[in-house]
Amino acid sequence: MSEIIFSFDDKMYKGQHGEPLAAALLRNGLLSITNSTYHGRPRGVVGLGVEEPNALVQLVSGTQESMLPATVIEVAEGLSARSLTGIGALPDAPDEARYDKTNCYVDTLVIGAGLAGLKAAGEELRAGREVLLIDDQPGPGGHLRHLGAGLPSALQDVLAHQNLTYLSRCTATGLYDQNYVIAIERRSDHLGSAAPANRARIRVWHIRAGQIVLTPGAFQRPLIFANNDRPGIMLSHAAATYVTVNGVRIFRTAVVTTVDNQGYRDALRLHNAGVQVQAIYDARPGAKGSSVDAASAAGIPIRFRAAVLDTASNAEGALHSVTIQDLDTKDAFEITADLLAVSGGWTPIVDLATHIGIKPKWSEEHAAFLVNHFTDKLRTAGMLAGDFGGDDDPSVFFGPALDAEQARYAYIDLQRDATLHDLRRGVGAGLSSIEHIKRYTTIGTAHDQGKTSGMLTIGALCQLGDAGQGGKPGLSPADVGTLSFRPPYVPIPFVALAGRERGELSDPIRITPLHQWHVEAGAVFEDVGQWKRPWYFAKPGESMEDAVRRECIAAREGVAVMDASTLGKIDIQGPDAAVFLDRIYTNMFSTLPEGQCRYGLMCKADGIVFDDGVTTRLGKNHFLMTTTTGGAARVLAWLEEWLQTEWPDLKVYCTSVTEHISTIALVGPKSRQLLSELVTDIDLSKDAFPFMHSRMATIDGIPVRIARISFSGELAFEVNAEWGYARYIWERLWALGRSYDLTAYGTETMHVLRAEKGYIIIGQDTDGTQTPHDLNMSWIVSKKKEFIGKRSFQLPYLKATGRPQLVGLLPEDGDEVIPEGAYITALNARPDEHGKIPHTGFVTSSYYSPALGRAFALALVADGLSRMGEMVDVPIGKKLLSATICDAVFIDKENIRRD
Amino acid sequence: MLNIPCPHCGLRNETEFHYGAEAGVAYPDPNTLTDSEWAKYLHIRANPKGWLAERWVHFAGCGRWFNLWRNTITHEIGPVYLPFTTQPKMPGNTVQEGPGK
Ligand SMILES: [Zn+2]
Repeated sequence: MSEIIFSFDDKMYKGQHGEPLAAALLRNGLLSITNSTYHGRPRGVVGLGVEEPNALVQLVSGTQESMLPATVIEVAEGLSARSLTGIGALPDAPDEARYDKTNCYVDTLVIGAGLAGLKAAGEELRAGREVLLIDDQPGPGGHLRHLGAGLPSALQDVLAHQNLTYLSRCTATGLYDQNYVIAIERRSDHLGSAAPANRARIRVWHIRAGQIVLTPGAFQRPLIFANNDRPGIMLSHAAATYVTVNGVRIFRTAVVTTVDNQGYRDALRLHNAGVQVQAIYDARPGAKGSSVDAASAAGIPIRFRAAVLDTASNAEGALHSVTIQDLDTKDAFEITADLLAVSGGWTPIVDLATHIGIKPKWSEEHAAFLVNHFTDKLRTAGMLAGDFGGDDDPSVFFGPALDAEQARYAYIDLQRDATLHDLRRGVGAGLSSIEHIKRYTTIGTAHDQGKTSGMLTIGALCQLGDAGQGGKPGLSPADVGTLSFRPPYVPIPFVALAGRERGELSDPIRITPLHQWHVEAGAVFEDVGQWKRPWYFAKPGESMEDAVRRECIAAREGVAVMDASTLGKIDIQGPDAAVFLDRIYTNMFSTLPEGQCRYGLMCKADGIVFDDGVTTRLGKNHFLMTTTTGGAARVLAWLEEWLQTEWPDLKVYCTSVTEHISTIALVGPKSRQLLSELVTDIDLSKDAFPFMHSRMATIDGIPVRIARISFSGELAFEVNAEWGYARYIWERLWALGRSYDLTAYGTETMHVLRAEKGYIIIGQDTDGTQTPHDLNMSWIVSKKKEFIGKRSFQLPYLKATGRPQLVGLLPEDGDEVIPEGAYITALNARPDEHGKIPHTGFVTSSYYSPALGRAFALALVADGLSRMGEMVDVPIGKKLLSATICDAVFIDKENIRRD
Repeated sequence: MLNIPCPHCGLRNETEFHYGAEAGVAYPDPNTLTDSEWAKYLHIRANPKGWLAERWVHFAGCGRWFNLWRNTITHEIGPVYLPFTTQPKMPGNTVQEGPGK
């Protein structure tokens, strides 16, 4: 131990390196640390560890973590903290500390390095197993540490065993199915400014263990009495530990109130450290055991059937005196004290066990809920399993009967300022379930999640019934049952869960081989799945609207180029490939000649459109399928599912080739002329190379596959090459294209062009409930063959009237681009009997079309295909726009331009 | 998070898998079914409290579909088997609450 200086609320204090901040504050006389969240009452340290309900602080040093109990912060060089009133503030700067995660597979995981945990670890090691031992304290020993005692040598041998890994400051936060545990190891805060910069502050452990031994120990319970929240009222074990182990010398006179022999042991420790223990008030009718004898021998007065009823404070709000009540005669008297040490029995930490649904059982003998669980996968030991050691003999007592006024200041949850009065109101309102009462009173919902208040609530509920103050009489905690705890056992910073997967590393970024060109050309990008795609290419001074208009005009009147490499591509080969595609697509592919392309639509078995794209037959048994940019993985999984689980007899092999083949789309009336300057080994004329045909060619010796596919209705060529050649081909096109005013375009222009032609985007113009018929695509549904989804078209609800159907929409005001997603109502619709105007559809795609010289939209409208020419209303905020339903194809209905 | 035994790759984290609901529901001949039988095939799968034979695919691993028995209450995983092989018997209950101290 070395002395260091730390800062608290901007004042400097002396502390011992490694001691809890709570101990250092107490030793420096800071009995009152903060004011309570809602009632503004002065509060001080109550407990020893994560159960602390009062002494919350915010770190000013290091990561400025917003809320931590002072009982778990270790004093270190550079530590600076400030007090909190219940609510922490997030720092402005991002947390730049390092956070890690690791996976661990181990024979046996022992949770808790107290005596029971160390003993269990020893047994496991002797059985030849590898052991991971984790504990949230800075060192092993559990209660021994609180007594300032060292480990027996046999247990030191356990720790030194080569097959044991011991992690201190490591808290198991969740226990999940199949012995999966998440634990949080705090690795650097305790080193303060001496922590190496590259050390992860927190490491998240994902542990899978063959066996788990749960020895989490127990929390001491407070008692319910009036004004039980004053600074100076502490759990007896905490008070005795701060006084004897941490040298806290601020208490002169103490009163001990107890329901078990722990109170006697702590009274003795206080007495031996020089605190004048006025008396031990024991709620029990009598007590026996060595600690009782020892307290008596030390001359500490002992009074049975007595308990604290109320307390009074000094001018600073700290404890000044205690009112004791004789539980039989109800006589009360006052006694002065600056420390009230409370021993309300032990509450074993059942949290982790309840995470996986184990129900703790009430033991009247232990006055506690226990978990006795012994399987070959998980077992409990120590206090959780009822091994309380010593001679505790606790009674089931949670506090004396209080009147209405006393109940107002009898706190059950200190952090939430929830009182016995609140609980009575809940019961008075008819609540009886502990889970309902928790939500009504907010007890157990603060950062400590009811670690000290949960059991008090159960106890108070039982006592209320017995005292005729509401609820059922004769309830035992066994009847009430425990609260169910959910992970995490202690708060986990989100940054720790994020680990290194933050910012750029939070999700993979996929880029095309042309990405750098796009960046240099000043593209504005949009995220399409994980892909970065150019959204539009703005020239200096251009708005997005300007750029998109210029790009659209180039594609319709000159020549424009787009990077379409993100298209999902699946290579499908095998003797049954054609048969397979016939079953997958709604239209026929076995009839597709080699070297030709066909647009296909696929449905799920329920008849709902799922994906679309152009598939090219490269050979008799060889197809190249394209999917939507976001749909590639989904479609491949779909194909595999059918091949593996339904049609294993089909010899078909599917391979993702999305990132093997780059695609450049050259679009516009001048595209053929430009491309013919670069591609000289094949004839690009319309007769030699018809629409929806595919040809192999070369560009400067580079093998390319050119396809006459158009997603705009314009004359267009798709140039496919191996991924790495894309930049070269693009640059060549770009150089040759100068005299054509070749224009690069992005996804926004692509959307305008395709929507003008009425081409759908699945997921934008569909909402997961459309059949091909709803999309006016009955032409693509084969009547000659079976395919997935076909049977569903016969189902009544897919044939019914009123289904949303894809149509075009022309706003009256041609300058008004209707927002996508806008609802459509019937013209001059009146509210129905519920005062609501029913909608008749919604807008799926909406743009300004330079080619049309006006705004236009696609929409899903109920029975829309039979409502051509009908006027509808589109309410936008307080405005009511009018629009006319029309065909979804706005440009070149005759398909002339594509040739 | 479950630890799922892929028959090809061994024990892997659940995040690598996709769930495929009840196993053993073969794709019927759609044209022999009434509308309600077809709708039942589309939308109804067993979801019992207890043991269920179900389909999983090791999506982020080998990409293969397989079947396994899983207890939907305890999340215990029983025998694993490949598609088009004989389904193993439903496992018995293996969880026992031991005696208290
Ligand atoms: Zn696998």
